[in-house]
This record gives sequence, structure tokens and C-alpha cells, in this order.
Amino acid sequence: MDPLLIKAIIVLIIFAITLLVATYSTWGERKVAAFLQDRVGPNRAGPGGLLQPLADAVKMFMKEEIIPSVSNKWLFILGPCISMLTALMTGVVIPWGGDITLGGQTFNLQIVDLNIGILYLFGVVSLGVYGIMIGGWASNNKYSLLGAIRASSQMISYEIAMGLAIIALVMTTGTLSLKEIVQQQDAGFANIVYQPLGFVIFLICAFAETNRAPFDLPECETELIGGYHTEYSSMKLGFFLFAEYINMFISSAVIVSFYFGGYNFPFQHELGLEGNWLTIVQTIVFFMKVLGFVFFFFWVRWTLPRFRYDQLMNLGWKVLLPLALVNIFITGLTMWFLGKI
Amino acid sequence: MLTNRSKQVVKREMTWFEKAYFPAILSGLSITIKHFFMKKATVKYPEVKREFAPVYRGQHVLKRDESGAERCTACGLCAVACPAEAITMTANERKKGEENLYREEKYASVYEINMLRCIFCGLCEEACPKEAIFLTDRIVPSTFERDEFIYGKDKLVEPIDQRVDVSKRQTPAVLEFKKDKHFKHNKTYLDKMLGKAKKH
Repeated sequence: MDPLLIKAIIVLIIFAITLLVATYSTWGERKVAAFLQDRVGPNRAGPGGLLQPLADAVKMFMKEEIIPSVSNKWLFILGPCISMLTALMTGVVIPWGGDITLGGQTFNLQIVDLNIGILYLFGVVSLGVYGIMIGGWASNNKYSLLGAIRASSQMISYEIAMGLAIIALVMTTGTLSLKEIVQQQDAGFANIVYQPLGFVIFLICAFAETNRAPFDLPECETELIGGYHTEYSSMKLGFFLFAEYINMFISSAVIVSFYFGGYNFPFQHELGLEGNWLTIVQTIVFFMKVLGFVFFFFWVRWTLPRFRYDQLMNLGWKVLLPLALVNIFITGLTMWFLGKI
Repeated sequence: MLTNRSKQVVKREMTWFEKAYFPAILSGLSITIKHFFMKKATVKYPEVKREFAPVYRGQHVLKRDESGAERCTACGLCAVACPAEAITMTANERKKGEENLYREEKYASVYEINMLRCIFCGLCEEACPKEAIFLTDRIVPSTFERDEFIYGKDKLVEPIDQRVDVSKRQTPAVLEFKKDKHFKHNKTYLDKMLGKAKKH
């Protein structure tokens, strides 16, 4: 078969899986929230409420589409589109599994193995703020604008600490390609063993980047009536909310790839599995790890209260940034003592 | 101070351990995950209904006696006792041949309770000398119009073939209380009920 066709199929499958996981994240979030609060959650639509996302989607599509007369119409429409686009684009460089052999041809389950994968990831993630910013700005509403300002300053602040945490990781792995990072963890330990502090910083920043609690200030309902999506209705609102769930899924995948061995798992070569079967098991393990982190996102959201804005900035600039610098210093020093540089 | 549960709040600098936040976050996470596996408090309503307390006071019923005649004699004591002034009635004289319909010589031709005014305190029940009005464990359903909440005799008087059970409201203590009032015309009914209560 044409390699390009195979790539297109893999792209489609990953696209569909990403959307499916994000759809069922909404269900999972409500279930987890309910369980943590001693409730049972959605249980009317289908067994265990499993058809709830469908019902929600129908609701979202059927709702009246309102574009405020004072808003900038094109930017207003562009906002959720950018959010959705950037959320979906990040999935490109993530290695979802190893090689798979079909009819004598070998294909990789990663869409593109960019040699600057980490830089690409950061570039796309920092574009994500534009969706929120443009959406909030175009709404011509002071609450939306406040939400957009909060979102942009929060994302820019936490990107710095996030980038510095990754620099320490790049120092130890010596590559910017996600596939190589994952493959290195097959031979040795998972990166969290070498970079525990970096992992904690990256995790906190991932929460801030995805606008999840306790860093959900851009959309805090209690202060800003929904923040940047105050004026949005119908599926445009759905896109914003959906983008958040996709971001959560992708950032879980990134965390797993960076620090938790990606699709590798302990003693995988002693199982006696070969070729395609090993790849399939690896992919399943990868998804289980990712879903574990998605659960962690839910769990934290329904445990911790929201930060105050000055606390958020203090944490970002006065705690995480120095810690990330210290982490780089320690990493460099250790590597120098071990004679690796 | 009355409950002895007041706590003196101390405002002091946080220690280094507390400032690190992570122990606090971890303990919070452990608390919530414990709740994840706990028994759920939800009552899945249409399938499962929560049981009322035995002394629950809901929609009123105007009782009939054993032969099916209305017990109410329109004395108006319930209306007087009602703190919310929710009850109103018009008395009428019993005609000849209506003995099977009304127990006493006087009866209420109109008996209305405004369910929006009623506070379901049960004082009407306490005031009634004829054991005619009782509060039951039925819920007053909601409607869209205010005037639909004024319940007339059509909704209050129990149908002959569908008697409403009020034995939950007639605990031995209540019956004892009623007996002290020495209403002769209720004696037989009370004695019967008391005998029943003693058997239990």
C-alpha cells in the first residue's frame, strides 16, 4: 500500500480516538466528580449514563447560536476554531506506539517523528492561547476580556517554567525527538527517576496550561461568569470546552511520553511477545497510563480550590521558575560529576 | 459557647512544612479518593423513594367514619387553631335522609384549605374534637396556577372506597391526649383505637 495512504489512515484513527477520548472525558469528569462527592453522576442516558456525551452533543448543536451585535464577528468565530485546531495539532508528534507490520511493510504509529518534536509541541501549545485571547477580546464584554487577559498572562508565565523543566530533561536525554526520548526509556529507567523535580514542575505547569483547576482562573464561573466564553453559545462554546478536554488528554500523553516511559512498560521483552502483538499491548499500556493521568486531572480538580490571581503569579514566578533553574543547575552538576559532559 | 464546640482561631505564620503545600495537597487528595469508594448518598428517585418519617405531616384528609359518613361537623375549631389562617368553611344543616352522608346534625358544605398558606403544623388535627381532619404522608403536588392550591372537599374528603390510613398519626400518646378532652361522642371510637394500639 501507498505509505502516504497508510499515514492518512493513522492520522484519521488518531484524530478519531482523540475526539472519542475527549468526548468520554466529559462523561468521565462528571462521573469522577460525582463519585468524589458521594453521588452517582449521570445515569439516565444509557447504561451508567454512557450515552450522556451524545445527549450533550445534541444539546450543544440544537442550541441557539448567538453572536453579540457589538462583537467582532469574524474574530468571534475564529476564537473557538483556533482553540480546537491547536488542541488537535499537538497530537501529531506523540508516539502512540511502536512499529506495526502490515503486508511486509513497517509503519510507525507516530504520525510524524519530528527531530524538533519538543519545540513543535511548545510552539503549538503557545499558539493555543490565541484562541482564548481572540475569543475573549472579540466578545466585547468586560468579563470575557478579563478572562482572556488572565488566560494569556497565566499561560505565558507558566510556559517559562515548563520550558525550563523540559530543558533539564533535554539535557539528560540529549534529544528533542519524542520518539527517541521514549525509546531511551525502554533501555534504562523512566525519566521520572532522573528528573523527579522536573516532573513535578512540568505537571503543575501542565495543569496551568490546560486551564484546569486549581488554575482555571480564565473561566472561573464564580468571578467571571465563565470568563472568555461568557458570550459563547451552541457549538462554539462546545468547541472551547472540547478543546480543554483534548488538551488534557494530549498533555497527559506528553507527560507519559516524557516522564513515564511512553508506551514502554517494565519487563515488556520478557513476555515473549513479538512484532505487532507487542506493539498492540504497548499501545494499550500507553492509553492506560494516559487515562490514569486524565483521572488525576479530574481528581485534582475536584479536590483543590482555585488559586487567587496573585497566588497564581507568585507560584509561577517566585516558586516554579527558580525551582526549574535550580533543577537545571543540579542536573548539569550531576552530569558533570558523572562525566557525561 | 452554648454548644461548647467553638474553637479559638490562631493566626500565626505558617511553618516551612505547611508552606510547602504538598503534604496538604496530598492529604486532600487522599480524603477525596476515600470518598470515591464510599457508599453513595444518592437515592435514585423515581425507582427508589425515600421513606417518610412516621410523624410526617403532608396533605390533609377529611375522614369518614366506619359507615362512610363524614366526621366533620363544621365547628370551626381547626380554622381558629390554624396559625396560618389557611382553613375556611361554610356550615350547613343536615337534612332528613342524609344521615348516611354526615355523622352530625351540622356539616361543612364548603371546606377549603389553602395549601400555599398552610404550614403543615398539625394544629388543626390537634384541635379537631371529631377526629375528622388528619395530616397524611402524601405530598401536595405542585401546579402552575395559584387557585389550584385551594383544596376543596373534592380533594380533601377521603373516597369511601379508598380510605386513607392515618394510624401513623394516632400514636398511643396522641390517643391519650385526645382522651383527656373527654369528648363523649368520640369515646367509642377512641376506646376501639386504644384497644388496637395496646394489642400492638
